[in-house]
Amino acid sequence: MDIIQIVGIGLAATFLALLLKEKSPVFASLLTLVVGTLIFITLVDQIKLVMDMLRQIAVTAHLNTIYVATVLKIIGIAYIAEFGAQIAKDGGQANLAGKIEMAGKVIILVMAIPILTAIVETVLQLMPQMGGG
Amino acid sequence: MSLDVNTIFQIAGIGIIVAMIQTVLKQMGKEDWAQWVTLIGFVVILAMAATLIDDLFQKIKNVFLFF
Repeated sequence: MDIIQIVGIGLAATFLALLLKEKSPVFASLLTLVVGTLIFITLVDQIKLVMDMLRQIAVTAHLNTIYVATVLKIIGIAYIAEFGAQIAKDGGQANLAGKIEMAGKVIILVMAIPILTAIVETVLQLMPQMGGG
Repeated sequence: MSLDVNTIFQIAGIGIIVAMIQTVLKQMGKEDWAQWVTLIGFVVILAMAATLIDDLFQKIKNVFLFF
């Protein structure tokens, strides 16, 4: 029962953080950071199963592996950026969190360039030649 | 799947003990020592958190970024 474990850890950490917050707020925020990391580590193992399934399906469907790899990388970047942004937001730095999210979006856009180029090329091939007769 | 719950309680314990030591030192009138104790506790916990985050990022890399 993973979910019970995670919720229990979350509750325990919440009360510990409440206890710590009045004494030393820095330690409380570090505690929440560590708990968030632990929960994420648990989730990564689960996500791995889903990703393996997706990869298997892609191989079965004879998809171009480069595109699947790019999509997986984009999902990973989104997860990492979200994690960092939430930590920054927890620390009271909403401004920094916005910058981290923006960086994630830009990097995702850059990684999607090959896919976008392939789409445009495919569409151009499908279209009849312009004015060529 | 066993989580490393010990880390959480370690951090909370270090935080509480550091706060206690800080109070005692302030009562004794040694403000500068209290500062150092807080700093060292912070660094220790930061090292633990950094190790965990490194672990997490390696796992994410293994799952998403490498085929």
